[in-house]
Amino acid sequence: MSRSYLPHWMHWLGSPPNFYRFAGALRPWLIAAALVCAAIGLYGGLVLAPPDFRQGDAYRIIFIHVPSAWMSLFIYACMAVTGLVALVWRVKLAEVIAMECAPIGAAFTLITLATGSLWGRPMWGTWWTWGARLTSELVLFFLYLGVIGLYNAFEDRRRGARAASLLALVGIVNLPIVHYSVVWWNTLHQGSTVDWLHLSQSSIAPSMLWPLLVMTLATHLYFFASILGRARTGLLSLEGGKQWVRSLVTETSR
Amino acid sequence: MMQFFAMGGFAMYVWPAYAVFFIVLAWDWFSPALRRRRITRALRGRIARERTRNTRATRAEAPT
Repeated sequence: MSRSYLPHWMHWLGSPPNFYRFAGALRPWLIAAALVCAAIGLYGGLVLAPPDFRQGDAYRIIFIHVPSAWMSLFIYACMAVTGLVALVWRVKLAEVIAMECAPIGAAFTLITLATGSLWGRPMWGTWWTWGARLTSELVLFFLYLGVIGLYNAFEDRRRGARAASLLALVGIVNLPIVHYSVVWWNTLHQGSTVDWLHLSQSSIAPSMLWPLLVMTLATHLYFFASILGRARTGLLSLEGGKQWVRSLVTETSR
Repeated sequence: MMQFFAMGGFAMYVWPAYAVFFIVLAWDWFSPALRRRRITRALRGRIARERTRNTRATRAEAPT
């Protein structure tokens, strides 16, 4: 009764077998949409968009670098929110989602750092500087690794998930630092390209902006597809003793 | 076409960046499938072992 203030569908979806089926049905559509968006966005970014008047064709790294950087922050926020739910209400599904967010977030953070390095070399003449933006993004990467490591250090995985969720919540202070680092400090890293509140006044031509936004949509869709798949696997392993998993495992021929 | 791959002289930075993007995400996409297969296999083994143990137990309990 204590959770009766939740809408009915949330209660329904919070049950592992229901979530497992729902995620399994939704996932193929999400990944298909992600691939279509990526194809359109990359065609727009690599073929249709003109070279930048200062950076030449090197700027085309933006179409993966910036969406990945946004994802590295967005996924961290998702991990912290589900981690909070896991800590406060001890919802098993929230624990699983929070912990499965971490490897995806780490992947996007790694992509951001690597593509940024490959972009920095021709533009700044160096692979790496200890500027505020780069350093705080590196800290973000280590926070993800810390969450993964702490989770795996516990014998009891539910306790591990809660401990790692706490670390994720503490690490949230890093998010505004990453975001505002180019405003608060003078760094080699260029300022924000896209102004979300005034999209038309962004410091980027429309022919370059739309592929960037489509790629952003593609990475979000990819994340949702990936987290659903990972959460299904996580539930399977956590609920191994339950009847629904047992009948699922023995029924499927694969 | 050659001009497209040359990327205005930045090919050695642009294409590796895209390669990193796709390789890392491919790892993210396919690694859970491997984990899933491992979990399923372990679980099937556990269920099979429990079944044999149960049949043995019932046989032992049965009056001779």
